[in-house]
Amino acid sequence: MPLAKRIIPCLDVTGGCVVKGINFLNLKNAGDPVELAKRYSDAGADELVFLDITASSDNRETLRDIVEGVARAINIPFTVGGGIRSPADARLILCSGADKVSVNTAAVQNPELITKLADLFGQQCVVVAIDAKRNRKVDKDKVTVQTAEGPVWFEVYTYGGRKPTGIDALQWATRAMELGAGEFLLTSMDCDGTENGFDLELTRALSERVNVPVIASGGAGKPEHFLEAFTKGKADAALAASVFHYNKYPVSVIKDYLRKQGVTIRP
Amino acid sequence: MPQVLIIDYGVGNLLSLKVALEKTGLTAKITPPTKQLKQADAIALPGVGNFTAAAKALEPVKEALVDTVKGGTPLLGICLGLQLFFQDSEEGPGEGLAFFKGNDMRIKGDVKVPHMGWNSLSMVKKTELFDGVADGSYVYFVHSLYPEPADKQVVCTQTEYSVTFTSAVADKNIYGTQFHPEKSGDVGLRILQNFAKIVAR
Repeated sequence: MPLAKRIIPCLDVTGGCVVKGINFLNLKNAGDPVELAKRYSDAGADELVFLDITASSDNRETLRDIVEGVARAINIPFTVGGGIRSPADARLILCSGADKVSVNTAAVQNPELITKLADLFGQQCVVVAIDAKRNRKVDKDKVTVQTAEGPVWFEVYTYGGRKPTGIDALQWATRAMELGAGEFLLTSMDCDGTENGFDLELTRALSERVNVPVIASGGAGKPEHFLEAFTKGKADAALAASVFHYNKYPVSVIKDYLRKQGVTIRP
Repeated sequence: MPQVLIIDYGVGNLLSLKVALEKTGLTAKITPPTKQLKQADAIALPGVGNFTAAAKALEPVKEALVDTVKGGTPLLGICLGLQLFFQDSEEGPGEGLAFFKGNDMRIKGDVKVPHMGWNSLSMVKKTELFDGVADGSYVYFVHSLYPEPADKQVVCTQTEYSVTFTSAVADKNIYGTQFHPEKSGDVGLRILQNFAKIVAR
C-alpha cells in the first residue's frame, strides 16, 4: 500500500480559543483548542494544524500552554504556526510538544529563516505556509497558469492575507524548498471560506513543481472536494476548518467516502 | 514504577514521547547523554535530530550505553534512534552504536522526501513489541533515511516507499522503529504498552 493521503483539521486560535473566519474575516468562536484537538484525534484526523492568528508577542505564553495541553491530549502529529519569527520562537513551540512549525510572513521577509530552522530542527519540522491569490494581470516575469477562467499568476499575500507582496507563489515555493522547506501549506485566498472547493489549478501547479509534500487548504465544503484535491490537485494532504468545526461532515465521513473512491486512507 | 530514560541529543519535541510512555505506566525522564544508566529500567533513543550531531553527542557516553544495553536493559530506538543502532549513515559522518551491522541509506527514487505521513507495516517476524498489532496497520513516519541491516534476522516489519525498507527491528532486549509510535494513534500506543510490558518483566 502507498503512503496514505492525510486529512488535517485546522484550528485558528486567538486568545486561547478556536475561531474560524469567512475569507479571513468575521471571526466566530468555535471552541476550546485542547478539547477540539482531542475530538478530532479520536475521530480519525491524521494530523492537526494550529494557527495563532493574532500572533502578538504578548500571548506567547498562552500559546505555549495550549501547545503543551494539546501534546498531552493527543498522539497524532501537529503543526503550530502564526507569529514565528525566529529560531527561539520555533524552539519554544517545538519544546512544548509540537512536531512542526509553520512560517509565513517572516519567511517571505527573511527567507534565510527557513534554512536556519531546517539546520537547527531538521527539514521535516519546517512547514512553509503560503497564502496565494489569483492575479489576472499577466506578467512575463511570473509563472502563468492556464485556468478555466483564463491565464493567471498566483500572488503571495502576507500578514494573514492582508498584504499583497508582488511575489509569485510558485517561484517562492521553489526557492523556499531549496532553502530547506519540508512541506508546504498552500491556502487559496480566493477559495478560503467559500466551501466551493479547493483551488485545484493552484494546488496542482505547486504539487508538480516541488518534491516535498503539499497540503491543500481553503475552500473545502464537502467530501468530493477532498477527492478532487488528491486526484486533480495532486495534493498529499488536505486541510479544512469550518467543514469539521460545525460537524457538517465529520472526519470519519470524509475518510469513508475517500476510501470508497479508492484513495489510500488510514482507517 | 519502572523508569525509562529518554536520551536528549538534539533539539525538538521530546515531550510527546515522554507523555506517551507515561500513558503506559512507565515513568519517563528526559536527560542529556549520561553515563549514569544504572538508575534506568529502560532506555529510549528518540527520533529528533541529525545522525552526525547525535553520534557526536553520544560519543562520551557510548561505552556506558553499549555496556548497559548489552547487559540486558531494554532499549527502544525511534527513527534516528533506530538509525543509531547501525554502524554509519549516508546522512553524514559519525559512528553509530553498532549494535547491528549495516548502515542508514537515503530514500531515493521518484518519491517526495521526507517520507512524511501514515504508511503501513508488513509483519515479517513475530516479536512481543507488535503483540496485538495487525498486519497492514498504519503508523506515522517522518524520515529521509532508513536502516539497511546486514543481518535480515533482526527485521520485524517492512514498509514500502520507493523501496521496501526495514521499518522495525528486534533482537533480544533491543527494539527499534523507523516510525514514531508516540505519534501513531492507538496502534502506536499499543506498541509502547508492549514495550512497557517488556520493561516490567
